[in-house]
Amino acid sequence: MTRWTFGATLAVLLSACFAGAALAGTGQPSPWQMNMQTPVTEMAQFLGTLHDSVNIVIALISAFVLLLLVIVIFRFNEKANPVPSKTTHHTGLEIAWTLIPALILVGIAIPSFRLLTMQIQLPKADITVKAVAHQWYWSYEYPEDQGGGFAFDSYMLPPEEAAKVNQPALLAVDNELVLPAGKTIVVQVVGADVIHNFAIPSFGVRMDAVPGRLNQTWFKTDREGMYYGQCSRLCGANHAYMPIAVRIVSADKYAAWLTEAKKKFASNEAKPVALAANE
Amino acid sequence: MAHAATSHDTHHGDPTGWKRWVMSTNHKDIGTMYLIFAIIAGLVGGFLSIAMRLELQEPGLQYFTNPQTYNVFVTGHGLIMVFFVVMPAVIGGFGNWFVPLMIGAPDMAFPRMNNISFWLLPAAFALLVISMFVEGAPGSNGFGGGWTVYPPLATMGHPGPALDFGILSLHLAGASSILGAINFITTILNMRAPGMTMHKMPLFAWALLVTAFLLLLSLPVLAGAITMLLTDRNFGTAFFDPANGGDPILYQHLFWFFGHPEVYIMILPGFGIVSHIISTFSKKPIFGYLGMAYAMVAIGAVGFIVWAHHMYTAGLALNTQRYFMFATMVIAVPTGVKIFSWIATMWGGSIRFTAAMQWAIGFIFLFTVGGVTGVVLANAGIDRNLHNTYYVVAHFHYVLSLGAVFSIFAGFYYWFPKMSGRIIPESIGILHFWVAFIGANVLFFPMHFTGLSGMPRHYVDYPEAFAGWNRISSYGSYIFAAGLLIFFYGILRAYLSPVRAVNNPWGEGATTLEWTLSSPPPHHQFDTLPRFSGSGH
Repeated sequence: MTRWTFGATLAVLLSACFAGAALAGTGQPSPWQMNMQTPVTEMAQFLGTLHDSVNIVIALISAFVLLLLVIVIFRFNEKANPVPSKTTHHTGLEIAWTLIPALILVGIAIPSFRLLTMQIQLPKADITVKAVAHQWYWSYEYPEDQGGGFAFDSYMLPPEEAAKVNQPALLAVDNELVLPAGKTIVVQVVGADVIHNFAIPSFGVRMDAVPGRLNQTWFKTDREGMYYGQCSRLCGANHAYMPIAVRIVSADKYAAWLTEAKKKFASNEAKPVALAANE
Repeated sequence: MAHAATSHDTHHGDPTGWKRWVMSTNHKDIGTMYLIFAIIAGLVGGFLSIAMRLELQEPGLQYFTNPQTYNVFVTGHGLIMVFFVVMPAVIGGFGNWFVPLMIGAPDMAFPRMNNISFWLLPAAFALLVISMFVEGAPGSNGFGGGWTVYPPLATMGHPGPALDFGILSLHLAGASSILGAINFITTILNMRAPGMTMHKMPLFAWALLVTAFLLLLSLPVLAGAITMLLTDRNFGTAFFDPANGGDPILYQHLFWFFGHPEVYIMILPGFGIVSHIISTFSKKPIFGYLGMAYAMVAIGAVGFIVWAHHMYTAGLALNTQRYFMFATMVIAVPTGVKIFSWIATMWGGSIRFTAAMQWAIGFIFLFTVGGVTGVVLANAGIDRNLHNTYYVVAHFHYVLSLGAVFSIFAGFYYWFPKMSGRIIPESIGILHFWVAFIGANVLFFPMHFTGLSGMPRHYVDYPEAFAGWNRISSYGSYIFAAGLLIFFYGILRAYLSPVRAVNNPWGEGATTLEWTLSSPPPHHQFDTLPRFSGSGH
């Protein structure tokens, strides 16, 4: 009876892994979600597909181990098998359970190396912006040579104000990072005080904001909309309260926003002329 | 001279009272003190985690009006569980008790050093507890920068003295472990009974030998890193301060050069414990003994060259990430060898499902689940969306809380009759297992989901969307905690009952030397060294 519960519990838990596919959120998590947020960049798409494939492999391996354990429990208990065998070696078997896992790992590694290369090798940027992390807010700088020349701070909206603008609490911010669809965006990420992390799950982007180090990451999406992320490096008291909100708009709207933002943020002192060159 | 000679000749009585414990040089008494210490520290660490789960049961701030206090709890929980619960239990506790017994030695090689190894720990623990009550970040008490203690949050982020107490605590705990490691290495290499070659040595002793080498090689690096942190904080150096030419990433490399072997330090002794339990209750010798021993050596060795997989998002170069990803995946191979060898040991056996055996079988499956999610995280590309999310929390709690801790309980139910001479009723150990098994899975399995959907770690508060699974996780933690009550009830029953354990309560499968002694063993065992003839493998 107890052995049945053992198997049943695990079977339920494992199958639960796959059941949640329908619940993915776009740009933000949704209640009871069980998988990654809907990918909106090629990189996140690749990441998600690779994860799902590896997830099937590891679920099969876990199920295989569970199956072996269940067989052992039923066939080789004291009642079913009163006289134990004395086998302690089987060279073929030992070679098999060394080589087969190694081959599976090689199979995982090949696409995984491609994904890694895609993430780390930056393409030529259409637009470069700089994200500076502070305790506990982000500031974004748009270089002058790309129609910007202004910088602004982005704070989390208090939950009641987020509700007013119909945005999720703890994810909504006062000034969003606005960028155009269909363009290759390179984000330079840097920390102003302690280490923070610039993460947007639906883009497949996550980069530490380290003081004294200019990290770069990139994304490109065709889908307009709001995409949220949260600081992903413990940075002190209000670590949970410095979200990242990106609004992806059409090229026209982006041009309009630039003009408006230049006026709105004109009083800000920081006016980056150009950011570090992007090869 | 004459005095020395007489004291040698007279057979002195066994020490009693407080002297027996405080001034102990006896590996069994010191092992017992380590186990009791680990249980007490475990209650403190467990209290911190229950407080965290209470907070996270609903979105919004429930109990922690100052979010920094939550960070202090997270940090305290991590450090306590690693340095003051798992390590003292498996290395100081079971290692001290059973390495000498299993290899046929009268005691550890350096009994007085063994005493100081233990007594450094309560001092270290006291410093850590004090650190939670002195100022850290401006205006709040304790250090809240995580167990990894990354600067600059650990330097400019916490100007108060809390972290200085923490660093001194880690120094003492580290010194304790280094001394212990030297003791284990010397004991295992020099004090095996006649006839017990390295390749006939029980796997638990192999596990402790590899663990001791990992401790000896990795802890000095931690000590160096936190000393640099201490001088950065107090004496104007700038090892990790970019404004003066330092680099915060340097600290991360140093920390994880220690930190990754540390995870194997916590799990390798568990591998040893589980091997003996599986073999005993299957009534079969361990399958592929040499493969099992050298798999642990391989895991230990490779464990030293994979550290930067904890740093995939730090901005490392492409080739660096490629290397660390490849090396990390290699570790899955010897780990797989161990899992399959345990199953092959049971295969063809005549298994008795005692409490210890059920804990051990539970360990094998849960460790597999924790291991395979490690393969997912090893992929730097996939880790891009999982780094520092609850997926990582789920992964390392499956290997530690459901791996290492399950192996500790398995070992406890296995060796309790030997250590105490008393019997915990099997039904209580089995009930404890099922409650813990269900509780731990309800607690940690949903964390895979919150992690995949993007919930970051170290969050006192979270968006509404994560509420469902967090509530389930919190319920699981209460179930697991209830299991601990059953555990203590079992110990109480054992001490209230007149039933006493025989030398070998487990029968023909228990072949290691500790089962040839009385339960509990005499204060000094093996007055005549046992001659070890069996191959067993």
